[in-house]
Amino acid sequence: MRSVLWEETIEPGSTWSHVLKRGTSLRMTDMQGGANVGALFYNFECPAERYNMSDTLKAQHLAYLKKGVVLYSDMGRILCSIIDDSVGWHDALGGCNDAALVREKYGETRYQESRNQCFKNAKDGFLVELAKWGLGPRDLTANVNFFSRVTVSEEGCMMFHPGNSMPRSSVELRAEMNVLTILNTCQHPLDPNPRYDPKGVRISIRKATPPGAEDPCRLGHPENVRGFTLTDRYFL
Amino acid sequence: MRNTTESMLDPGAAAYRCVLPAGEPWIREIRQDDVLRIVDLEGNQTADALFYNSHDYRDSYSAQDTIRAQRNIYPTTGTRLMSAENHVLLTVVADTCGQHDTLGGACATESNMVRYALDKRHMHACRQNFLKALMDWGHGMSKRDIASNISFFRNVAVTPEGGFSLEEAIYAPGKYVELRAEMDLLVLISNCPQLNNSCNEHNPTPIEILIWNGRSN
Repeated sequence: MRSVLWEETIEPGSTWSHVLKRGTSLRMTDMQGGANVGALFYNFECPAERYNMSDTLKAQHLAYLKKGVVLYSDMGRILCSIIDDSVGWHDALGGCNDAALVREKYGETRYQESRNQCFKNAKDGFLVELAKWGLGPRDLTANVNFFSRVTVSEEGCMMFHPGNSMPRSSVELRAEMNVLTILNTCQHPLDPNPRYDPKGVRISIRKATPPGAEDPCRLGHPENVRGFTLTDRYFL
Repeated sequence: MRNTTESMLDPGAAAYRCVLPAGEPWIREIRQDDVLRIVDLEGNQTADALFYNSHDYRDSYSAQDTIRAQRNIYPTTGTRLMSAENHVLLTVVADTCGQHDTLGGACATESNMVRYALDKRHMHACRQNFLKALMDWGHGMSKRDIASNISFFRNVAVTPEGGFSLEEAIYAPGKYVELRAEMDLLVLISNCPQLNNSCNEHNPTPIEILIWNGRSN
């Protein structure tokens, strides 16, 4: 096992951020099953460069994420690569819930009565965490939802699939740049569960083996060969 | 079969008309209840668009909020384009195509290098247009304000298995989409210059933009 630098738990319905350094990885484990981890990614050195849903989907001809897929910035570079994954489908389309949706689905709570069990929403979680890094609403872009599966019918209808992630499922992202990573463990906005029931995840930060010439993420698509070239050039 | 709807509005009564050549940006404020029509004059063109709440530019079009609100990725008549703060920015009120694209975003010099070849950097791209138009518009707008846009007339296919592809353009000359502004808006359009794929049939062509003034003017 590659050396684990540290481990911690992201509690249900909470937000976490860290600058994931190039050469390290983030492993997320859904201990209970049914977790959803919303994620945003920025180039820490210049946050105007950020994860771009459209460029990621177009480059890899996929509408979801899985092992071997990389996450592109809007500058043609690779922010991180999915180097391990026992789930097989992570949602790139569904976005995040917000205060109105949480109120409508789960009802109203206040800190006064509920303390830290009060209902959280992902959009406010993202915005507050972005503010800690000097960023704001203009920087809130399309997010990824790890562990969740949303498929699209021929007619374009979006369908959420409960039970996509089994207990102890995990996914591991290798940072290819120094990536400001923001994670949120609120429920997926299309999750039909009528109960407020977000799940926490266990995360570990590890030393990662750099992507060599034969790296499966690099070779997965001809586009990714070029994407890794552009990313490597950034550090020359 | 895609459902299409015609508009009853008379182009002769439009308050504004402009032919936008291929590869050009267009930026302009419109008022609540104004109706905006984009016409694909010669067919098989792509028009990439972003929308901002005129009273708070931070509150802008959000692809994910739009598709989540409709539970559908393909906009057509009746679709409400949503902002990141959950406001309805515009409603599609007529559409002779029946389907547009919310996911493919805009071409960029950098993504062209990834998608086609490293020597494509010099080629003109929609995001160059977006950046130039936003800088010219001022008010501190910058690259941070460019989120995933909507692409009118572009034919994208997502399969139930999760495949994603930009398909051949399919629309005949004169097809249009018409949207009613549900609030005061800043509208930013790039008439796509892409020459590397079939979204424009390798031949970018002009679009026409028309605006009818609404009740609040």
